[in-house]
Amino acid sequence: MSHPVLQLDKVRKSFGSEVVLEDISFTVLEHKATVFIGASGSGKSTLLRCINLLDQIDDGQILLDGADISAVDISPDQVREKLGMVFQSFNLFPHMTVLENVILAPTKVQKVAKDKAIDEALELLKKFGLNEKADQYPDRLSGGQQQRVAIIRSLARHPRLLLLDEITSALDPVLVNEVLSTVRDLKSEGMTMVLATHEMGFAKQVADELCYLHQGRILESGEPKKILESPKKSQTREFLRRLHQAGRL
Amino acid sequence: MAKKSGRGSNRATPSSYDFGGSWSPSEIELTRRTARKARNRKSALIAVLSSFLVLGTLGLVLVTSPGWETLRNTFFKWAYGVEILPKILLGFTTNATLTVIAGTSVALIGLAIALLRTSRSPALTPFRLLATVYVDVFRGIPMLLVILLVGFGVPALEIKGLTNNVLILGTLAVIITYSAYVAEVIRSGILTVHPSQRAAARSLGLSNFQTLRHVVLPQALKRVTPPLLNDLVALIKDTGLVSILGVTDAVRAAQIQTAKTFNYTPYVMAAIIFLLVTIPLTRWTDRMLRNSYERENAVGQA
Ligand SMILES: Nc1ncnc2c1ncn2[C@@H]1O[C@H](COP(=O)(O)OP(=O)(O)OP(=O)(O)O)[C@@H](O)[C@H]1O
Ligand SMILES: [Mg+2]
Repeated sequence: MSHPVLQLDKVRKSFGSEVVLEDISFTVLEHKATVFIGASGSGKSTLLRCINLLDQIDDGQILLDGADISAVDISPDQVREKLGMVFQSFNLFPHMTVLENVILAPTKVQKVAKDKAIDEALELLKKFGLNEKADQYPDRLSGGQQQRVAIIRSLARHPRLLLLDEITSALDPVLVNEVLSTVRDLKSEGMTMVLATHEMGFAKQVADELCYLHQGRILESGEPKKILESPKKSQTREFLRRLHQAGRL
Repeated sequence: MAKKSGRGSNRATPSSYDFGGSWSPSEIELTRRTARKARNRKSALIAVLSSFLVLGTLGLVLVTSPGWETLRNTFFKWAYGVEILPKILLGFTTNATLTVIAGTSVALIGLAIALLRTSRSPALTPFRLLATVYVDVFRGIPMLLVILLVGFGVPALEIKGLTNNVLILGTLAVIITYSAYVAEVIRSGILTVHPSQRAAARSLGLSNFQTLRHVVLPQALKRVTPPLLNDLVALIKDTGLVSILGVTDAVRAAQIQTAKTFNYTPYVMAAIIFLLVTIPLTRWTDRMLRNSYERENAVGQA
């Protein structure tokens, strides 16, 4: 039996007078992936940042493994230890080699012995075909390689939940696939994930649940195939039609 | 930043220009190379000729001008210069010591102030305010004034236990002023590190302090190293200002000699000693600046 890893209940977030998220409720079960789609500015990144406590919510509740992480007495650092986050713009540390990037959190936050952290990091890099690049600086890698390193960096801490924010949208179409196949591998290994993406084909493959976010609200959610092929709401249809026109479906 | 390549060096770098097979330049490439070589030779020739012409003319005008004899005797009397050189060198050790002590203190204090000014901790608010005032004030006053105020003002207070040693007070004045400059340089470096770097570090679970220590500061300091080296050059020169307090540094030593003979060669000697230290440092800074500029641009294209 899967149990819920992440639960959001009526979450609301605004920046000043602009309400960016409203009445957001959903549950992610262990080993499952929930994918968010929606137009630019619909609040996808903000949602992931709220889950990661990089932004503070205005109302509602966020539970991680049943514990309320939106409570005031919670330490964000401890919560983030359980979460992996990968950004659209990679955000590797340019002054560190690939290996140093990967072992930073394990050695400094989780206080793993350096040798052990290095062994584990090299193993992870090898698994994703990047062991050759261990000693390179990020600016020597292609965008796809950088993004895969960023994923590995967030995996090195054995997160309970992986948050992936449009991780392919800064990449050349050719490089998108290598990153997506990395994510598919993780999914098949049972990683629990929340993703925001513009890649509908990928969303369909990897999502257990698909949510369409429109102006900060979840307009429609459910089985990916259903939503993509027979959307109920007119806004969803319109969004998909525009994607179709742009050749992204 | 393509710096040294960590452990095991470049074992991962493929020999990227080896496309296998035996390539030899084509006819058209060979013509291009010959043309390029010819052009470079011509440029070099023009540079050498024009340098000779301009510098030679200037030199000739100077040497043949009516005042040249007097000028040489007043400023460039080498035998005299060599005779008093040890005294000026001895004075310069004061400048050197002052540079080392003040430089180290300034680096530490400047860093502390920069961190204070960029921190967001509410507990530090009053200190942040003080730091801002401090920086504004001491960046806005001529250093000579600070030296006079501290060097002559503090002894005038006649407080027991406070030193009257002008060397120490002079050093203190230099430290106070330069810490304000350096704090601003470091702070600007910290501010140029993109917020996404901080977000990435925080999302990995690093604490605020760890983020600063491992992610923000290394990048910030690397970026501000060239301007900091510029400040070091300025600091070396400005140590000469404490001579106003009567500290026997290179400038003061030269002044003493000049007062005896009314010949200005000691000043020129002192100037040369300063140049011998500052010019290599300036060249080096220049090269670093160019390198870092090229690196940033290369990253932009990646
Ligand atoms: N720090 C902030 N301050 C003010 N407004 C913000 C801030 N961050 C995001 N917003 C606003 O919140 C809204 C949602 O932004 P968000 O980045 O979450 O959208 P998104 O769905 O991720 O878009 P995209 O697909 O372009 O990445 C936008 O209107 C944006 O202007
Ligand atoms: Mg976004």
